[in-house]
Amino acid sequence: MRKIWLNPGFWLVLAIVVALGAWPIFQQDAAARETGFTVLLAIVMASSLNIVMGYTGYVSFGHVVFYGIGGYIGMYFIDSLGLPLPVAVLFGGLSSALLAFLLGKAILRLRGAYFALATIGVNEAARTFVANFQPFGAATGIELQFSVYKAYGGALQALWLVYYGVVGIAIFSVIFSYYIKTSKFGLGLMTIREDEDAAEVIGIVTPNAKTWAYVLSAILPGMLGVLFFFKNGNVEPGDAFRLGFSIESLVMIMLGGQGTVLGPVLGALGYQRLRGTLLTSDLMIGSLPLKDFQLVISGFLMLLIILFIPSGLVGWLRQRFATLRRVLA
Amino acid sequence: MTLILQVQAVTKRFGGLQALTKVTFDLAQGQVLGLIGPNGAGKTTLFNVINGVYTPEEGRILFLGKDVTGKKSYELAKMGMARTHQIVRPLKELTVRENVIVGACYGHENHDLISAAKIADEVLSFVGISARADQLAGSLNVAQKKRLEMARALAARPKLLLLDEVLAGLTPSEIDGMVKTVLSIRDQGVSIVMIEHVMKAIMNVSDRLFVLDYGQQIAEGGPEEVVHNPKVIEAYLGDPQMAQKLMEEG
Ligand SMILES: Nc1ncnc2c1ncn2[C@@H]1O[C@H](COP(=O)(O)OP(=O)(O)OP(=O)(O)O)[C@@H](O)[C@H]1O
Ligand SMILES: [Mg+2]
Repeated sequence: MRKIWLNPGFWLVLAIVVALGAWPIFQQDAAARETGFTVLLAIVMASSLNIVMGYTGYVSFGHVVFYGIGGYIGMYFIDSLGLPLPVAVLFGGLSSALLAFLLGKAILRLRGAYFALATIGVNEAARTFVANFQPFGAATGIELQFSVYKAYGGALQALWLVYYGVVGIAIFSVIFSYYIKTSKFGLGLMTIREDEDAAEVIGIVTPNAKTWAYVLSAILPGMLGVLFFFKNGNVEPGDAFRLGFSIESLVMIMLGGQGTVLGPVLGALGYQRLRGTLLTSDLMIGSLPLKDFQLVISGFLMLLIILFIPSGLVGWLRQRFATLRRVLA
Repeated sequence: MTLILQVQAVTKRFGGLQALTKVTFDLAQGQVLGLIGPNGAGKTTLFNVINGVYTPEEGRILFLGKDVTGKKSYELAKMGMARTHQIVRPLKELTVRENVIVGACYGHENHDLISAAKIADEVLSFVGISARADQLAGSLNVAQKKRLEMARALAARPKLLLLDEVLAGLTPSEIDGMVKTVLSIRDQGVSIVMIEHVMKAIMNVSDRLFVLDYGQQIAEGGPEEVVHNPKVIEAYLGDPQMAQKLMEEG
């Protein structure tokens, strides 16, 4: 249980993420790289949300706020202060962590649906604030000068550089996720998930444990936000705080299996495959193309999962085949 | 003789309902206090107040000589208090062993996972559910869940243990086993407050008995003395002859 490197489940999930990340690098193909970006981003968002939702049992609809805030802070540092990308990425992660810490103290006192609603409120409040905040370019956001990329060997080179960063963070995110799950701290989180009142009686300092879970879930999305908006060259309030992105992360976790390490990874992969298929499909529903129904479909998917396999793919497999428990972390 | 627990004139209300009225007692180190009384007398509420789940409206609680009134449950756990719940609260999606590891990890001894796992295995065999260690806690039957509650509390190696009806729903032979378990916990130097309806068992394990009725203490003293107190017999069942019968059966 304790020794990470002895557990096949750890190696399986690590191998999947490494393979996914490495494939575009071997191909040296821009299209493969773009797919890689999307899938790895999804994996990190789902895995980090899983710490709060799957381990601790607090459903959050506002996870994207950390991606957005981190992204904005990083872009501001690059654009206005001329800081190098790695430093901006670190600051992005730190500022998201700080936000989570402050929020955690305030809204993690709420339980169940109240917490979930509060997270939506926080995301909308952040979006409105940023859309009116002059230093962040208000409604138009921040646009990088093309010359910024020169320091990284030109735009093309910079894209690959960002990609390596994303691969690194994605690999780190599953190791991190596994490590937390098998730690004493993680056991405390799962105790809170199972029964928060019992957890307090047992001696878990629940306000602190929950706040730390929230902080740890916020860091990697904050770092990724910086990388993605740097890659795009601009950031706008609508992209940075897109509620739909939070909901998609949630669907991915539910699809793969909340509370497991592998679940969010498989869920992210599966969901992005499905989305890719929908987006490139020529099918029409009435006079509308099928791809406009993406969120409808993800909503429907979530409904089906909740009704039929509430523990997700990995959870279902673990229940069904006890022998798989060692392999499916 | 040092006092591990002092409850001083504790009053607890739920809206208009007076659940506890000026309840006062002391527990000496290493002793077992049996807490009895009819259904709804306020026994579990008293545990909740001692344990920091509720804050009393009036009165004070002293644990290890310190005023702990209004402290959170987790602060009390860190000082060495542990309890079981009348309505069991297993961590269903965790294994039985993990349930007990949590108890050892987060109690006052603050163990890491490795030493907690050792303690868990000891405690699980002590309460007799080692065979279930790798099962999910949700899959246990009621008697096993009661033992799990006990194991999780014991894994904290508490100084004070609050047991809320750990015998309820057990067969007579299981009760005998559990009584032995409680006595050997006491012999390890743990002070215990035990709520119980099974009279014979509670009389066997308790050094003293404390009786609640409608939130009021109506008697306190040695087991024999208390159960022959007519006031107790009357309060307990409203019918002295019935009470007598129950005691003989128990
Ligand atoms: N959280 C609460 N809110 C309101 N009333 C409560 C609450 N908890 C307990 N009560 C009431 O307080 C009284 C005492 O309840 P308590 O559970 O302490 O009794 P008890 O002595 O443990 O009974 P039993 O032997 O049935 O377990 C009861 O009338 C109960 O309905
Ligand atoms: Mg009770």
